[in-house]
Amino acid sequence: MNAPPLVSLNHVAKVFANGVTALDRFALDVREGDFLSLLGPSGCGKSTVLRLIAGLAEPTSGAVLWPGAIDADHRGEIGFVFQEPTLMPWASVADNVWLPLRLRGVSRHDARDLIAESLALVGLEDFAKAYPRELSGGMKMRVSIARALSVKPRLLLMDEPFAALDEIARFKLNDDLLRLQRELRCTVVFVTHSVFESAYLSNRIAIMSPRPGRVIAEIAGAVPYERDGDFRTSVAYAELCRHVSQVLTRSMTDGRLG
Amino acid sequence: MIRNPLKLVLPLAVFVTVIAAWEVYVRAAEVPAYVLPAPSLIAATMRTDWSLLSASLMVTLKTTLAALALAVVGGVGLALALSLSRIVEYSLYPFAVVLQVTPVIAIAPLLLIYMPQDAAVLACAWLVAFFPILSNTMLGLQSVDRNLLDLFRLYGVPAQRSWRARIRSRLKALWYLRGPAALPAFLAGLRIAGGLSLIGAVVAEMAAGSAGAGSGLAYRIIESQYRLNIPRLFAALVLLAMMGVTLFLALSALTTVLLRHWHESALPREA
Repeated sequence: MNAPPLVSLNHVAKVFANGVTALDRFALDVREGDFLSLLGPSGCGKSTVLRLIAGLAEPTSGAVLWPGAIDADHRGEIGFVFQEPTLMPWASVADNVWLPLRLRGVSRHDARDLIAESLALVGLEDFAKAYPRELSGGMKMRVSIARALSVKPRLLLMDEPFAALDEIARFKLNDDLLRLQRELRCTVVFVTHSVFESAYLSNRIAIMSPRPGRVIAEIAGAVPYERDGDFRTSVAYAELCRHVSQVLTRSMTDGRLG
Repeated sequence: MIRNPLKLVLPLAVFVTVIAAWEVYVRAAEVPAYVLPAPSLIAATMRTDWSLLSASLMVTLKTTLAALALAVVGGVGLALALSLSRIVEYSLYPFAVVLQVTPVIAIAPLLLIYMPQDAAVLACAWLVAFFPILSNTMLGLQSVDRNLLDLFRLYGVPAQRSWRARIRSRLKALWYLRGPAALPAFLAGLRIAGGLSLIGAVVAEMAAGSAGAGSGLAYRIIESQYRLNIPRLFAALVLLAMMGVTLFLALSALTTVLLRHWHESALPREA
């Protein structure tokens, strides 16, 4: 049971061109099948971690390693969901979902089934021909998720995807996301600043310090990772949230002192 | 299409009132036609001089449309080149700005020396119309959502990093993302350029007019002024105004057709 991690950030530092140090001595292993939340105050470099994993940014020092993959071609696809839906307003829902496949060189005709499948996964099979402006905020985010799923990602990176949604839409999408992760067996790294969301979704929570960000605490296995409709109102969930909040508060204080 | 009939009725009422008042005033005060012709006389002149005026109308219309077409080709072409390569942008953009800020009326005499007259008139109109298309298209090309460009890098960047592959990948980004994203700004530039190409054509015809051979509407205006044929001057002016309005309406309709599915500016307003 000691498989190498899917991706491993090894002593990573990231300094931006303007001199801001976003990450320092950042270490994290993402294991296959994880639903890993990165929890921390805004501006602590959570999004930078995702961009480093996706290869959209290079670490200033340290390394992002894929121990199981011989080269970039063996890493498997990455799906990226941004904080905003970032859909192309001029393209239909189906064409938006097609974009990553299109960039990979898949024709519209060949992508047909994958597009339909992805839209069905997020419950939008009836909206393929709609334009983004006709959709609600939650539906746009579903399209964005369908787009990320269209390439059948092995690793799904999500950057506070539900932060702008109302609570009812967010709860629904939380449950749908958990179902998707179980069905697709993909690994998820989920950035959030919500204690409740991270406690509800994840089997592992990595708590980050304020900038320069690094992992200062990890919570895993405190509560069995079984989520069903009753979990949100259960005592176990309330306990877990309390525990996460405590660790977060303590880490923030320690982080400042250290 | 027009939901509120007042939007049509009110300007029409104003128009009719002003024309009627004009007519009444000219008749009552017995204003001579070489000072201010009555609307009825202008209409009559339009009929009697139609063969002359319509020929001039065609000349100016051709210049305007040709200038606009060339401005689209040149403006969009240069904007694409500038957005594909920083080197091109740094070397050329300042000169495009210099061309734009130099008043075209001041360049016209020079162009008339160096070029045959119709080419000079066309070049003038083109110079005025070209810049709004260039600057708007550039703005549009640069206003793609950064996250979408990230998706592009995530899925679209080729492994080999030769300059050929880089250019190919940029062309792809242009076609998939930047082009559609630039469309609204380009169309806004096109609407401005439509009006400007007419202004450019008129200015150039006026500058060339003293040289003699021109026969566009602006030339007719100058000629009528010399001959004190003020009714014909007004008739030519009316045709120029109608041409400008038609051009604007046509370009607005084009904008609506191209953007109606997705862009805020082209969506019907909710009540």
